[in-house]
Amino acid sequence: MTAKLKMSQSDAACAEGSICINNLNVYYGDRHALKNININLPTRSITAIIGPSGCGKTTLLKCFNRLIDSVDDITVTGQVLVDGDDIFAPEAEVTDIRKRMGLLSQRPYPLPMSIYENVAFGPKLHGVKEKSKLNEIVEHYLKEASLWDEVKDRLNTPASRLSIGQQQRLCLARGLAVEPDIILGDEPTSALDPISSHHIEQKFLELKKEYTIVVVTHILRQARRIADYLIFMYMGEIVEHGPAKEILENPKEKRTQEYVKGIIS
Amino acid sequence: MKRYKIEEKVFNVLMKVATGIILLSLIWILATIVYKGLPYMSWDMVSRTPQGGFYMGKEGGVLNAIVGSLYLAGGSTILALFISLPVVLYLNVYRRKKSAFSTFIRSSLDILWGIPSIVYGAFGFTLMLLFGLKTSLLAGIITLTLLIIPIMIRAMDEVMLTIPKGLFEASYSLGATRFETATKVAIRKTLPGIVTAILISFGRAVGDAASVLFTAGFTDNIPTSLSQPAASLPLAIFFQLGTPVPEVQGRAYASALILTLLILAISLSSRYFTKRYLKNKI
Ligand SMILES: Nc1ncnc2c1ncn2[C@@H]1O[C@H](COP(=O)(O)OP(=O)(O)O)[C@@H](O)[C@H]1O
Ligand SMILES: [Mg+2]
Repeated sequence: MTAKLKMSQSDAACAEGSICINNLNVYYGDRHALKNININLPTRSITAIIGPSGCGKTTLLKCFNRLIDSVDDITVTGQVLVDGDDIFAPEAEVTDIRKRMGLLSQRPYPLPMSIYENVAFGPKLHGVKEKSKLNEIVEHYLKEASLWDEVKDRLNTPASRLSIGQQQRLCLARGLAVEPDIILGDEPTSALDPISSHHIEQKFLELKKEYTIVVVTHILRQARRIADYLIFMYMGEIVEHGPAKEILENPKEKRTQEYVKGIIS
Repeated sequence: MKRYKIEEKVFNVLMKVATGIILLSLIWILATIVYKGLPYMSWDMVSRTPQGGFYMGKEGGVLNAIVGSLYLAGGSTILALFISLPVVLYLNVYRRKKSAFSTFIRSSLDILWGIPSIVYGAFGFTLMLLFGLKTSLLAGIITLTLLIIPIMIRAMDEVMLTIPKGLFEASYSLGATRFETATKVAIRKTLPGIVTAILISFGRAVGDAASVLFTAGFTDNIPTSLSQPAASLPLAIFFQLGTPVPEVQGRAYASALILTLLILAISLSSRYFTKRYLKNKI
């Protein structure tokens, strides 16, 4: 009875567009990659996950849209609630979960088709058929990702012809076109030149008004620039989390202090 | 001289010699076929079936074998495609994880690839006896299908294995199912490779004599149904070369020339196709 009550409380706390994680554990075979993760991510703001490489940042992010499913020999226990729905529940539809999130990966992977089709891919899958509607969507989201002016004359050329920076913005447009509430980024600027990186960061700052954004980054300065909320991970655990300012200026844990000062990296 | 310089020199010479040998034998083969076959090439060769006394040097052509080969190779390639594509997509999209099962499938196919075609011929023949089939186009197609499936699957598999994991994840993260990812992303990404795999298989099917010998048989007529026997170019070459008549032996080389041109045409058109595709699509 109490357990049930607790459940519904955490459900209630998990508002639309937010991600709540209860007792999440992930094992790759025997390797314990995420240990007892408990955290609620704030909505309509940018949460940055920082920590040395191999600490489990990507793993955590992949739990949110269940890309983790396709890994060999994986065990996931615990709960991840998105908009209050347990996404690992047996009845959860994985495609519905993924529709609620856009993903930017470490380097852009344009789909093997034209610029136009890349953006239209998601909406088409989810039932938009009218050409005029698709045109509208493509234009809207390319503008949203500040790519429209650069590509409006060559929408039908292969997406692979774009520069890496443009490709990453295309991936952003493509992700936004499925109308998610949440944007996930796994070191989305690590393959980009400084100007393209700046583009993406600016975009995130604009988008946070409407979206919940979770970005993995190993660049502390980037976290400082864009994050409202910060999660510091170390060896599969969340060491400390809180408003970005507090963590960066006044870390409580020794490991966080060392990381922020650049002693562990 | 420094050691690495000598190494480089030796290697350089070796490479050139090897390349030379390959080019030379290729040119030699082509030259022989053209030199011996061209004088016997005629409109009759490609437009008529063997008439009475053809194998003694009388009139006619090998249209029966040309059409038979196209039927056999075309039929088996299409049939093999319908079997191979699902297997390849299953291995690469549905069972992306490395499992004992997929390793087992891949090594089985590699072994099947290595089995000589006469064994497939014999196996096809046993199947025919089992099902009470006569030598026929159908039996030939089925046997050739078995022969080329391992080639087709492994050739497609190799290109699918090169698709980066991130591309699959990108598709999934947009809410695509595995089926949609397979058909809309994986196939498109590897289309040139898939076409190549199909053509390699077609080439193998059109050039194989041993597996159709017992199964499709040989006939001077063009088959009008799947249950009739069918001729093929490799066997036409074989039978004509086996006669003592110089005229007929010359026609064997002409038939070889036809077979070579057929394969060349297919290979060139596929190249053209993939080039255009690469330019416009991916
Ligand atoms: N597919 C996998 N199979 C086995 N171990 C993995 C796999 N992916 C990641 N790991 C391990 O899990 C740990 C966390 O990895 P990851 O989440 O990628 O870290 P990060 O993104 O913080 O660098 C690492 O120690 C890594 O070696
Ligand atoms: Mg990572």
